[in-house]
Amino acid sequence: MKRKRIIKGSQMILSALEKEGVEVIFGFPGGAVLPLYDQLYDAPFNHILTRHEQAAVHAADSYARVTGKPGVVFATSGPGATNLVTGITNAYMDSVPLVLITGQVVRSLIGTDAFQEADITGITMPITKHNYLVKSIEELPTVMSEAFYIASTGRKGPVLIDVPKDIFDLEGPFQYEQKCHIHGYNPTYKGHIGQINRAVKAIRDAKKPVIFGGGGLIRSGASSVLGELAEKARIPVILSLMGLGAYPGDGELFLGMPGMHGCVTANYALTEADLIIGAGVRFDDRVTGKLDTFARQAKIIHIDIDPAEIGKNVMIDVPIVGDVRLILEELMQRLKPGNTAKWLKQIKTWQDQYPMPMGREDKVGKLRPQYVIRELSRLSDENTIVVTDVGQHQMWTAQHFVIRKPNTFITSGGLGTMGFGFPAAIGAKFAAPDSRVICITGDGGFQMNIQELATVVKNQVDLTIALINNSYLGMVRQWQEMFYDRRYSHTGLQDGPDFVNVAEAFGARALRASTEDEATEVIKQAFAMKGPVLIDFVVEKEENVYPMVAPNRAINDIIIGGDEQ
Amino acid sequence: MKHVLAIIVENKPGVLTRVSGLFSRRGFNIENIAVGETVTPGISRMTVTVEGNERTIEQVVKQLHKLINVIKVSNLASEPTVMRELMLIKVRAETGSRSDIQQIVETFRGKVVDVSPDSMIIEVTGNDEKLEAIKLLLQHFGIKEIVRTGKVALLRGSKVTRES
Ligand SMILES: Cc1ncc(C[n+]2csc(CCOP(=O)(O)OP(=O)(O)O)c2C)c(N)n1
Ligand SMILES: [Mg+2]
Repeated sequence: MKRKRIIKGSQMILSALEKEGVEVIFGFPGGAVLPLYDQLYDAPFNHILTRHEQAAVHAADSYARVTGKPGVVFATSGPGATNLVTGITNAYMDSVPLVLITGQVVRSLIGTDAFQEADITGITMPITKHNYLVKSIEELPTVMSEAFYIASTGRKGPVLIDVPKDIFDLEGPFQYEQKCHIHGYNPTYKGHIGQINRAVKAIRDAKKPVIFGGGGLIRSGASSVLGELAEKARIPVILSLMGLGAYPGDGELFLGMPGMHGCVTANYALTEADLIIGAGVRFDDRVTGKLDTFARQAKIIHIDIDPAEIGKNVMIDVPIVGDVRLILEELMQRLKPGNTAKWLKQIKTWQDQYPMPMGREDKVGKLRPQYVIRELSRLSDENTIVVTDVGQHQMWTAQHFVIRKPNTFITSGGLGTMGFGFPAAIGAKFAAPDSRVICITGDGGFQMNIQELATVVKNQVDLTIALINNSYLGMVRQWQEMFYDRRYSHTGLQDGPDFVNVAEAFGARALRASTEDEATEVIKQAFAMKGPVLIDFVVEKEENVYPMVAPNRAINDIIIGGDEQ
Repeated sequence: MKHVLAIIVENKPGVLTRVSGLFSRRGFNIENIAVGETVTPGISRMTVTVEGNERTIEQVVKQLHKLINVIKVSNLASEPTVMRELMLIKVRAETGSRSDIQQIVETFRGKVVDVSPDSMIIEVTGNDEKLEAIKLLLQHFGIKEIVRTGKVALLRGSKVTRES
């Protein structure tokens, strides 16, 4: 038998991180994690000090999306831990693997409302895939390896480990084995062959099939097989917000994103299809619209690694539980070349008839936000990583930025977290230092984590912040315009700040554009610079996102572009 | 329809909160719940009665499976089971009504487990119908307090709900 090393709890944690191949940690210190940070002082990790714990989680979340490896976060007890909550929920909703380590008050004080005590395992129970409160030094190595295993397998998700301060300093035997089995946790990867054969038959019989793919395609690395399958069977591809990048945005069979702000063609195709192959999507309400009108003509095949997603929102004809890449590979082997020419022709007529609207005609030349996104896209290469915040600019990015590769479009889908974009862009840059990173954000959301300007300046993070400054909480203003009689209750942000001044005060460079000519010019300038640059795009204030499906309407009942009327 | 779920769990801290939290968070109502150890050390069994249609229950079961500490979930409603619950009833019992009460208790094969000058505690075990029936009869004398354990159930015959 191998002799076990005797080491301290804090060393165990760092050794475990090393064994798991962790390179970057995002975090923020405090009393309860002092021993851990002391150990970190000499350790070979790149620890990024964010200026708020929420930003640390978003950065780690995005780091995980780009690399496919779990993101790691450190935070202290009490307020440090509770500051993580939004970020953890965000990762949970988008199935992102994270391992979060929080300090806790010493064991003897737990349950006494001690200074900076918060029951973070209780608080995060509904928003983590699993969590742990470490009660003894002996269990620490196992907990670490289980956390990484759970976070990064099956349907991925955040796992939190709460470590009482005294445990960091206790010594115990350490032997680390990467987990590959936990009693009661057995994700299914291989699809059921009988169901796969039923799917093959359904695809063969279909006249009007569509593939509707989501974030699962990206998490499982299914892009290339998706492309091959679509091509072989000649099936058009629709991708949810989370799925963008799984199939090239300029690919021949791509119809765009469906749903509330989706492409007309994608919505029509889902409505008219006789077969929907749902691949790693969860048929979210933003996509289905009014449920009992959704895809009434279609048989639905649903492939997902999480059995609980199948049949949750829509009735499924062929359920297949498993890893979407493996299952698409099985399907690919069994499928014969298909011919859907007639259906593709129908789709083409929709595409010609309903191009993505570019904003009001009378505003051409002034600064339309859609134009800014198109220029950013045109001047970027396919490896550029686009990270968005939440709001109108997010939808315009999804509509107008051509995303060509998986993991190059990072956005907060399930939770729709304002404040996500900027810290997430930082995480993306650490994950892919050789890729250009653009953070497309709003004047509202940027202010929710604006303090991270300090982080990017300190670390000279080479990214471009494209601030779509419309002087409004634009998305909410749009709803007020459409459904609340233009009563703009508390959505105006006309009083600044001057974002160029703010960025410069932090030590970052900043540019501004107010016309379309200027926009193109400053994008070129910014892309030529190194280090963090902010561009303040002063855009049309009351531009709306179209197309739009009003809430609880059928997705083919779509407002195509209403400003002229 | 009522469903009775046997949930086999690892007996780890917080496991009850994880299970009950999942029910409330997803809007499923627990009617009753009983928890205890199994023959396997470290493994507990929860018996949960929950109301819902097939689709709701399917969702409950799938969500429960996702909890790391949950090892197995079986829906006992679809199979023949022996189902029991224990109830203690404190009933008003003046000297005049004691023998009447005693008779009811005997009919239901219950037991008088405590007697005081003006009240008795009665213990009965059975299924829902039996417990409701005796409750109804005793109401007439004045029920002061009731406590129930929640249902527990085993499959009939030699079949077992596996614990691993
Ligand atoms: C944390 C949080 N608070 C509130 C909201 C609701 N919300 C969604 S979009 C939006 C407006 C965002 O404004 P801005 O960042 O300026 O982006 P724009 O829509 O103008 O592009 C708001 C308030 C949210 N999604 N997240
Ligand atoms: Mg705005």
